[in-house]
Amino acid sequence: MQTALFIIFGLLAVLGALNLLFQRHPINSALSLIVVMMSLAVLYWSLGAEFLAAAQVIVYSGAIMVLFVFVIMLLNAGEEERTHGSQIAYIAGIPGAAAIFCLLTFVFLSEKKQLGTTQLGGYLTSAVSNITEISHTLFTSLLLPFEVTSILILVAILGAVVLARKEL
Amino acid sequence: MPTNLLTLLPEIILTVTGVLVMLAEPMIAPGKSRKPLGWLAILGTLASGLAAFYQLQLVNASGPISGFYATIQVDAFSVFFHLLISSIVLVTLLASLDYFEGPVSHAGEYFALACFGATGMMFMTCSVELLMVFIGLEISSISTYILAGFRKGQATASESSLKYFLLGSFATAFFLYGIALCFGATGSTSIGAIAASLGTTATPALALLAIAMVVIGLGFKVSAAPFHVWTPDVYQGAPAPVVGMMSTAPKAAAFAVLLRFLFNAAPMYRNHWIVLIEILAVLSMTIGNLGALMQRDVKRLLAYSSIAHAGYLLVAFTSIQQDAVAAACFYTAAYAAMNVGAFLVITQLSGYDEQARTIDDFTGMALKRPGLSALLGFFLLSLIGIPFTGGFFGKFYAFSGAIHNGHVVLAIIGLANSGVACFYYLRLLAALYARPVREDATLLSPRKLAIPAGIAIAASAVATLALGIMPNHVLNLVQRATPETLPAFSVAPAVSTLPPAAPTEMTR
Repeated sequence: MQTALFIIFGLLAVLGALNLLFQRHPINSALSLIVVMMSLAVLYWSLGAEFLAAAQVIVYSGAIMVLFVFVIMLLNAGEEERTHGSQIAYIAGIPGAAAIFCLLTFVFLSEKKQLGTTQLGGYLTSAVSNITEISHTLFTSLLLPFEVTSILILVAILGAVVLARKEL
Repeated sequence: MPTNLLTLLPEIILTVTGVLVMLAEPMIAPGKSRKPLGWLAILGTLASGLAAFYQLQLVNASGPISGFYATIQVDAFSVFFHLLISSIVLVTLLASLDYFEGPVSHAGEYFALACFGATGMMFMTCSVELLMVFIGLEISSISTYILAGFRKGQATASESSLKYFLLGSFATAFFLYGIALCFGATGSTSIGAIAASLGTTATPALALLAIAMVVIGLGFKVSAAPFHVWTPDVYQGAPAPVVGMMSTAPKAAAFAVLLRFLFNAAPMYRNHWIVLIEILAVLSMTIGNLGALMQRDVKRLLAYSSIAHAGYLLVAFTSIQQDAVAAACFYTAAYAAMNVGAFLVITQLSGYDEQARTIDDFTGMALKRPGLSALLGFFLLSLIGIPFTGGFFGKFYAFSGAIHNGHVVLAIIGLANSGVACFYYLRLLAALYARPVREDATLLSPRKLAIPAGIAIAASAVATLALGIMPNHVLNLVQRATPETLPAFSVAPAVSTLPPAAPTEMTR
């Protein structure tokens, strides 16, 4: 069950990501990204992280992607033009991506025995609530990263203001 | 004061300053000078530097302070980088006060972003939890992406900002993937816990991959070859004072993370990662110096030179454990002083519109601006590594440390590269004092040097000189920083092989 789910949605995520790259119209790319995000949510859920799965759906698919699509529609962005400017992206990029993929596959396969397997629902038993665990971590050992993220968001807002305002 | 608050005192001061600058910005009428905001930011940076100094006194009295469930550790190492970062930002802000003066000035956001960026860099240096390091890295990176594109009129500015953003995000993904794999191999993202369980991990290949990913991610941030491609374009398009800051402060923070991660979390994999570091060092030095030889644009030339300097700094990592941290920290400080200085002088010589860009534009500059040209010459000599400048002792400690640990070939490659580097630095220096003088209307009426910018340039020059004639003060601080970065080795006799700067004794 776990394996079947993983294969289906893992493949869906990879195909969605590839489609995102190959599509020439921004709307198609944005919709492919939604497929990626939703497949990832299913993978999280199958590993026993229901909270993360729900957050993924709400935040990415619900909020961020809707905004993406809105912006693309408002800008009325048309089909992108191919410039053929960057040969180096093809010469170095594709072998590089293939090399990283092979390296990761090799490492995960060679460590297969130690890494073990997981079943549907992950390692959490019903005695431990996922949300309790997450909130406990979030408000004790990871309190500071959680709080400091607010500065990160503030900087991002400030950046948007700077980039969007009229000429200097 | 509560311990938690105390551990983050410099960061809190800088954040509050940034917020205050943003709040005060709308109160100043459009068209009015934004200088008061600049002074507010300068005051905040100064206060955070003093707070870091106060932390140093506490660390001296009672050892490292840990806070926020052991995500933050304040020790001599973190204080050293806090002081370095706050001085770099302080000097940059002083020099930018008049740079952004104009009919429609948006300098308010600039000052706020500089403060927030410095906060992020400080978080990077004092965190012992990789997630926290990541958030700090993002804060510092996003601030610098925006600062790089601040001269909105120029096309190169947008190119610079966008390139930096895309490649920087790419690098961040590597770093984050490294953290995730590290968690997979050890079950923790805290540096102390990683160090404890990395020796007994059942998945050594995964751990190695994690280390490699983290090194690649940070390699992008310090612009070490082959991850350097963004550097020349970004430096060319960004405003000169911003380049001075972003070629030193975020790099110093990234090197601090690299030092902590490699020497504190992964010392048992030293034989493996040292090969990686050696490759990066040789590539950075060679590509950086050969690339600089071909440049006519002064900012691009200094960009390639900064790639080469990242290579020299990585050479220091191959020293024995006790020396590596000290030598690398010292090099970071020396490089920061001279590079910020060089870019501040270029800011003054070329101005906001950058009328003087290429080496030809700088020809004969010494006749028109003798003082500034002499200072630029001094910074260039320091970048070469002439004795009595900070650059000399930086290179001396890096290469002697490598030789003591048996990496003779690496040191020879480094020295050969320093020889190549002489050529292009001296070519620029000779151009400054050469004829014919460019007869250009804009260059004939040089802008007056504003007092804050003058103070900033003078401070960089004094720092470069001080690191060159009495390096012992800084060396003592960074050598004290070593035991805290290397808890696993504090039992071993911490005998340093770094010679304590004989010239100081002679000059006295």
